[in-house]
Amino acid sequence: MRRTVAALLRKELLVELRTLESVPGMSLFAVTTFVVFHFALNRNSVDGDLAAGILWVTLLFAAILGINRLFVADADQGGFDAFLLAPVDRSAMLIAKALTLMAYLLAFEIVAVPAFGLLLLGPSLGAAMPDLLLVLLLGDLGVAVIGTLVAALAVQTRARDLLGPLLALPLLVPIVIGGARASSPLLALGHPTAVPGRWLLTLGLYDLVFGLIAYALFDFLLED
Amino acid sequence: MYGKGLRALSIATVAAFAVAFGLVFFYAPLDAEQGFLQKIFYLHVPLAIIALCGFVIGGLLAIQHLRTRDSRWDMRSYVAIHMSLIFAVATLITGSIWAKGSWGHWWAWDEPTLVSFLIVFLLYATYQPLRFAIEDPERQSRYASVFAITAGAFVPMNFIAVRLSTAYLHPRVLGSTSNLPGSMGLTFVVCLIAMALLYATLYKYELTAKHTRSQVRALRRKLIGETGMAPRPRSAAPTLHPTSTPATSTAAGASR
Amino acid sequence: MFAPVLAELPALPLHEAGKYVAGAYIVLFVLVLIYFAIMAIRLSRIERELGELLELANQEPAEEDVAPREPTLA
Repeated sequence: MRRTVAALLRKELLVELRTLESVPGMSLFAVTTFVVFHFALNRNSVDGDLAAGILWVTLLFAAILGINRLFVADADQGGFDAFLLAPVDRSAMLIAKALTLMAYLLAFEIVAVPAFGLLLLGPSLGAAMPDLLLVLLLGDLGVAVIGTLVAALAVQTRARDLLGPLLALPLLVPIVIGGARASSPLLALGHPTAVPGRWLLTLGLYDLVFGLIAYALFDFLLED
Repeated sequence: MYGKGLRALSIATVAAFAVAFGLVFFYAPLDAEQGFLQKIFYLHVPLAIIALCGFVIGGLLAIQHLRTRDSRWDMRSYVAIHMSLIFAVATLITGSIWAKGSWGHWWAWDEPTLVSFLIVFLLYATYQPLRFAIEDPERQSRYASVFAITAGAFVPMNFIAVRLSTAYLHPRVLGSTSNLPGSMGLTFVVCLIAMALLYATLYKYELTAKHTRSQVRALRRKLIGETGMAPRPRSAAPTLHPTSTPATSTAAGASR
Repeated sequence: MFAPVLAELPALPLHEAGKYVAGAYIVLFVLVLIYFAIMAIRLSRIERELGELLELANQEPAEEDVAPREPTLA
């Protein structure tokens, strides 16, 4: 199982490195969105609740771009059939794809979060740092799990680019709630206060529950 | 045979509603804070509870479908979610009317249950478009069941998350059911039962109608033959295979 | 004309709150009525289809000289 996941993961990352389809697009989208927010809100700097909100909404919509593209190559070029023929545990694809999406999210956040700190954030990003990283990690995990499940659902439908976001957004609302509430004290003006532990717990629990559900249901999506 | 208990169920529903409305308007005391406006509570909250239960039941029925691969479970899951969606619309409308009466605006962001409900509604509103976008009937049923289970698990988690997020801001203003005086409590329970009966009746009604339609189509197929039938149009509703005809994918469909 | 009657009824204040409550209950009533209407349309459609099938079943023996497969639908 682990070897299957490793092999699939290696393939995904190799393809991404060679074609550069998702991550650069997501990063660029995030930076552009920050600029749009500057004009839409007519503000030079944001902090606290507003900053947390802008950050998480932008991350969410950029993630949607990644989710849309996650299974497209497999669906269009027969990757599913090839995988189904192999004598391996089918959940390996779920884990590999979720890890791939996680990698994409972390990669584009390396660009997006500093860009946010530079363009829009009032208080210093460095002060928020190690805690913010933890919040982002937990949030990304949830987005990765739900994103993979929704992507697998949507890719076989006719209006896949439309249904993917429609399905994903309500399911991701609790993650936005948890992420934004947890980040908001970190990005507060003045010195950042500690993250309320309950939000980390919420995010962690949500990730766990949906991870298990996705694991249980994914097989049914892959059948022919 | 879906229509069997339908008459008894309908009569029970009407009776329950008669008793419930009688209690609401002639027995339950006026609320100290909100006065007469609070009477909406007896309609709005049972609607919400039944809708949410319906969504979760839809998920449970979907689990059965994935376990047994019997398309009848998928039909039941579909109808359950469909009915719950209608109840959810009614919940949102009555909640909105209540908000307007209480505070003067049509929506209240600081009411966590209403907000959670909106999110759940938006999620389930994608159920039919999802089904409609998948043409192959078997795959449509399978994917819909996966969605129904995921969404069913999402319902409680969503309520917890939203409740947590507003806990510190405002106390719960709209109808906390934990400290209802006895007479209000009784009225509420009766309304809840009436609403549950309404759901069960409409659910059975819908299943019977779909089954009847599929039987008529099966009969038509038998009389006209395969060539005379118009091709089944794309639909979001699952196909029922009536037990008297061999099950094929173009068998009598129950499309709306 | 209704004023004295309405004054007697116990729990029906018809000032501000009354119209909201009425609105909410009417919404539920209307939704159920709409459902009935949809069901009525379906019922008449089924009735029409069954009528056509009955005609078809009665015609067929004459056309094909075969014993009717579906004797009556009554």
